Amino acid sequence: MKQKFNIITSTCVPLPLENVDTDQIIPARFLKATTREEKFFGDNLFRDWRYRPDGSLNEEFVLNNPTFGGEILVAGKNFGSGSSREHAAWAIAGYGFRVVVSSFFADIHKNNELNNFVLPVVVSEAFLKELFDSIYANPKMQVEVNLPEQTITNKATGKSERFEINGYKKHCLMNGLDDIDFLVENKDKIEAWENASR
Amino acid sequence: MANTLFDKIWDAHIVQQVEDGPTQLYIDRLYCHEVTSPQAFAGMRARGLKCFRPDHIYCMPDHNTPTHDQDKPIEDPVSKTQVDTLAKNAEEFGLNHFGMMHPKNGIIHVVGPERGLTLPGMTIVCGDSHTSTHGAMGAVAFGIGTSEVEMVLASQCILQARPKTMRITIDGELGKGVTAKDMALYMMSKMTTSGATGYFVEYAGSAVRALTMEGRLTLCNLSIEMGARGGMVAPDETTFAYIKGREYAPKGEAWEKALAYWKTLKSDEDAVFDKEVRYDAADIQPMITYGTNPGMGMGITEQIPQSDGTASFEKSLNYMGFQAGESLLGKKIDYVFLGACTNGRIEDFRAFASIVKGHKKADNVIAWLVPGSWMVDAQIREEGLDKVLEEAGFAIRQPGCSACLAMNDDKIPAGKYSVSTSNRNFEGRQGPGARTLLASPLTAAAAAITGVITDPREFM
Repeated sequence: MKQKFNIITSTCVPLPLENVDTDQIIPARFLKATTREEKFFGDNLFRDWRYRPDGSLNEEFVLNNPTFGGEILVAGKNFGSGSSREHAAWAIAGYGFRVVVSSFFADIHKNNELNNFVLPVVVSEAFLKELFDSIYANPKMQVEVNLPEQTITNKATGKSERFEINGYKKHCLMNGLDDIDFLVENKDKIEAWENASR
Repeated sequence: MANTLFDKIWDAHIVQQVEDGPTQLYIDRLYCHEVTSPQAFAGMRARGLKCFRPDHIYCMPDHNTPTHDQDKPIEDPVSKTQVDTLAKNAEEFGLNHFGMMHPKNGIIHVVGPERGLTLPGMTIVCGDSHTSTHGAMGAVAFGIGTSEVEMVLASQCILQARPKTMRITIDGELGKGVTAKDMALYMMSKMTTSGATGYFVEYAGSAVRALTMEGRLTLCNLSIEMGARGGMVAPDETTFAYIKGREYAPKGEAWEKALAYWKTLKSDEDAVFDKEVRYDAADIQPMITYGTNPGMGMGITEQIPQSDGTASFEKSLNYMGFQAGESLLGKKIDYVFLGACTNGRIEDFRAFASIVKGHKKADNVIAWLVPGSWMVDAQIREEGLDKVLEEAGFAIRQPGCSACLAMNDDKIPAGKYSVSTSNRNFEGRQGPGARTLLASPLTAAAAAITGVITDPREFM
């Protein structure tokens, strides 16, 4: 969904596992939908970790723990590896997350988040570790993600880090524009390329 | 200036460089399957757009297709809707479509190369991470999300950040029983599943040159499992011989012209890569995975390593029901899966048949042998491999992605062990609770006849 992005200040949901793959974010059996029903995908985010095989709630999983909540998911390194399924980004957005923080993202999933107005924020290992510590010490602590300034701030410690995003994508996120808007406006350039490369 | 193979192809496809942003890259071939395309077509419809270059786009269902009774309607109504939706979208937007039971149907990453649709020098995308497979033909091929599929439908272009380049050189000769699959699992075990994230990989060295086209396709297929955007092998005589005469390959004068261009597609001798990695083929033995990501692999005679202390490692071994320090040899297994875009080609069936010939399938094993396409199926029968397999107690199913990700009925039950030639051993990948051990077709075949994890070299 096209949502303008500016500054988000929120509590966080910690998921300190590494190599969280997109099969865990949304298992393949939920990929059969032919429409972009974010609620359906959001309801099944981390399905097999959220629910036991008999369908009952797994209280041990963080999404089922009322202590934690918010619009920011904080995950261990190499988040979103594996399948290219954009359904994973739809599930994250559909659940209500606007930001995912990790020290490392898989390439395709990172693009998918950006194309769905979810901001992947890459932080240092040290910042990430401290962030997990802060969240567990006080689940009500807040993090500020400032897209215009490209900074993320741990409000418990006051520590701040700058994150990277290219100017074009930043402009898109802040103004609710997507790449298709851009591409269809550039058809003459595409035709010129085709003619030149024949 | 000296360029890498990747640079040459990428640069030849730049429509424009967006200021402080990504590259607008022209795409020669878009492949669409039924799972990651419906929302892209719906988006096109909502925006009132037509496909910009419909003749560059090929569609086929593969993920949901059952591996039996494909001539009958799909039983699962949700799967059926998704497969039917692809057919309707292809018709509405005027795209090439090889539906279920069409002689050209199969797994999109098997069909593209075998039909000559995938050619050297092309840029190729598909809403599927294993699009990296096509790089084996000397193409720049990578997986994309559904929004990006929509971009290509609308403009035949994609906006993409230029990846860094990495060359992985594997010199030397592969030992007995060691395949392209083992090379890839070995590299992943060394580099981890994020070791090549941000990079486009070129595979080089004598061990890579010596691989057949099928082997190179397997190798490039698994590039994504190291996190790489894609993997590629410079086209050579092996590539040209493979392509010549294939249905969509250039013919006559066009062939000569194409061939002259393809011969220029290699990294210049003094080209500089952002990263260089080297491995010795002699260090690789048949591999098997013990954990829940493809980087958790080891030589089949080795022991599961000690915990690295992370919660992820403990969770992984707990899921698999294994202990650190133990050997997997002799462990009882329940299922064997031969197939997928990784190992569903003719050479994989030859390899499997070479091990099981003259033996019988173990009683405790359920084996699913799924050709990657109808073309592979036809070749299996032409070569008489079907007879060898049947005599050993194995049946051949109909083509599709099957138990690789279990979107059809081919699901491994919870808690069961599956020796699988597919590409991912993630939790629940082959069905909720399924435990997957990735291996080559040779290793899968050895397990299928003994019923336990077995070093395939014992049967060679």
